[in-house]
Amino acid sequence: MVRLHSVDLAIIAIYFLAVICIGFYLKRFAQSGEDFFLAGREMTAWVAGLSFLSANLGSLELLGWAGSSYQYGILAVHWYWIGAIPAMLFLGIVMMPFYYISKTHSVPGYLQLRYGKAASGLSAVSFGFMTILMSGVNMFAMAKVMQVVLGWNIHFSIWVSSLTVGIYVASGGLFSAIFNEVLQFFLIWFGALLIPILGLIEAGGWNGLVARIQHNFPNQNFTHAWSNLGHFENNPMGMHWTGIVFGLGAVISMGYWTTDFLVVQRVLSAKDLRSAKMAPIIGSFFKMAVPLIVILPGLIGLAVLPDKLVPESALQPGQHSYNDVLPLMLARYCGPGLMGLGVTALVAGFMAGMAGNVSAFATVWTYDIYRPFIRKTAPDQHYVSMGRWCTIIGLFISIGTAYVAMGFASIMDYVQALFSFFIAPLFGTVLIGMLWKRATPLGGFLGLLAGTLTAIGIFLSMKFDHNLVAVFALSSQAKGLAQDMYQALWSWLVCVLVTVVASLATAPRPAAELVGLVYGVTPIPKEENVPLLHKPIFWAGVALVLFVILQFVFW
Amino acid sequence: MSERHHIIPVWFFVGLLLLTYGALILISGIAEWRDPPPTVLAKLHAPVWWGSLMVMLGAGYVAAFRPGRDA
Repeated sequence: MVRLHSVDLAIIAIYFLAVICIGFYLKRFAQSGEDFFLAGREMTAWVAGLSFLSANLGSLELLGWAGSSYQYGILAVHWYWIGAIPAMLFLGIVMMPFYYISKTHSVPGYLQLRYGKAASGLSAVSFGFMTILMSGVNMFAMAKVMQVVLGWNIHFSIWVSSLTVGIYVASGGLFSAIFNEVLQFFLIWFGALLIPILGLIEAGGWNGLVARIQHNFPNQNFTHAWSNLGHFENNPMGMHWTGIVFGLGAVISMGYWTTDFLVVQRVLSAKDLRSAKMAPIIGSFFKMAVPLIVILPGLIGLAVLPDKLVPESALQPGQHSYNDVLPLMLARYCGPGLMGLGVTALVAGFMAGMAGNVSAFATVWTYDIYRPFIRKTAPDQHYVSMGRWCTIIGLFISIGTAYVAMGFASIMDYVQALFSFFIAPLFGTVLIGMLWKRATPLGGFLGLLAGTLTAIGIFLSMKFDHNLVAVFALSSQAKGLAQDMYQALWSWLVCVLVTVVASLATAPRPAAELVGLVYGVTPIPKEENVPLLHKPIFWAGVALVLFVILQFVFW
Repeated sequence: MSERHHIIPVWFFVGLLLLTYGALILISGIAEWRDPPPTVLAKLHAPVWWGSLMVMLGAGYVAAFRPGRDA
C-alpha cells in the first residue's frame, strides 16, 4: 500500500476543489439545450480533439492496458494503433461530414434521421443502458484501486467521486465534461510520463529493456507486435493476425471510434466542419503516443520488478496482480508530490470516465428516448432541466451498479463484452446508412437487431460450450480477447447482410429525403482555397504515414 | 475558445493547475534534496526538474490565455 504525504493530499484536494469551481463557473453558460448537451457547438479543433481522446483515456483503460502489456507484452499496443488510428482518421475524413451536416445531437439521432424511430430507439435504449452500467463499473474500479493502493474506504471513494461528478456535470453539462477531460489529459501525461522516462534510464534504454525482459522471461516473445501473430499458439494472447486486422482494426475499432456516442459527442461540439474533421485527426497523433505511458510501463515492469505479477484469479496474499503494474511503477519511481500527481491523474481519469458516460446518457435519454417517445413538444428549457435531472439520476443508478459490480468479481469483463455487442453491429448500420442510399428503414432496424442478437448468441454459445470457440474464433487456442474480435466480425457481417437483403426487399426512401445524410446525395463543402497545412486530409495522410512507420519499427 | 459565450479558455485553467502543482512538486523536491525518499533513481531528483518544467509550462499557459488578454 502506498503512503501519501501532506503534499500529495494537498494535490488531490486541489483537484476536487478545482473541478467543482469550474463546474459552478460554467453553469451560467449552459442554459440552452445546444449549450448543455453539445457545449454550444463552439469548441476549437484542439479542445474537441483532446476531449475526444480523453473520453477514452480513463483510468480503467490505463490500469487495464498497462496490466495487459505486462501479461501479453507489446501485442497490447495494437489496441492503440491499428485498433484506433485508421478508425479515427476514417471518422474525421469520411463520416464526420454527415454527422456534422445533419446537425444531429447524437448517433441515435442520426439513425432517426436516416432510418426512423425503430432503429434509433433500439440503439438509444441499448446505448443508455450500457452507458450507465459502464459508469458504475468505472466508479467501482476507481474505489477498488483507491482501496488497494491507498487503503481508502471503498464507500467513501464511490460517494465523494460521484457527488463531485454530479455537481460539475449537472452544472455545466458537456462544457464541464469537456473542460475536465482536457485537464485530465494534461494530468495523465504529467502524472504518468515520468514512469517510462525513469524506467528506461533504469533499464538501460530500449535495448537494455529488451535484454532484461528476455533474461527474465526466456523463450517468450514480449517485444514484437506482428512477427509472432502467424499462429494462435505463437503468442501469449492466443491471437492470429486476421483477428487483429479484421476483427479489431476493421470492425471493433471502427465501431467504437465512429459510432460510440460517448466519443463522437465530443467531436460534434466542434465549432465548424473543418474543426470537426480535424478533432479526431489531432486526437490520432496523441493516441499513437499513449503507449508511452500505458504499454511501456507494463514492459518496464517485466524488466525491472523483482517479483512476478499474477492473474487476478490466481492472486495469493502478498502477491500483486497484472492490473497493479501501473501503481507499482508509480510507487517505484515517485516520491512525495509526484505520487500525489500520479494518484490525482488516476482519480481524474476515473471521474472523467464517469462524467463522459453520464453526460452521454443524459443526451441520449433526453433527445433520443424522452423527446421522440414520451414528450414530443416542450420548451427547450424543459429538455435542459431533464438533462440536469438525468445526470443526477444516472449517477445514482451508477452508484447502484457499482455496488452490484462489487458482488460479482467478473462482472466488469462481462459488461465490457456486452458493450461490444452493440458497437460492432451499430457500425454496420451507420456505415451502410451513410454510404448506400438504397438502405431502407426496415433494413436498418432488422440489420441492427440481427447483428446484436448474433453477438449475444455467439458470446453465450462460446461461454457455455468451449468447443464452439474453434468454430467462431477459428481456433480452440483463441483466448478471451481473440474471441471478442471474431464475435464482433461475425455480428458485423450478419448486420450488413441482413440490412442489404431487407433493404432490397423493401421500397427505398426518395433521394430528396436523404440529402445531408448519405454519400452521393449530400453536397460536401470543398476546401479548395484552404492552405495545405490547414487541410484535414493532409494531416490525416501524415498520421497514416507515421502509423505505418511505427508498425515496421516494432514489427 | 468560445466567441459566443466569452468563456475563459480551458487552457488558462490547465496553466493554473500545472503552475500550482508544479510549484508544490518543486518545493517538495527542494525540501527533500538532502534526504531523498527511498524510491528508485531518487538521486536524479525528478521532482525538481519535473516540477520546474510544469511551472514553466503552466506559467506560459496562464500568461498566454489569462482573462482579459484581448480586451
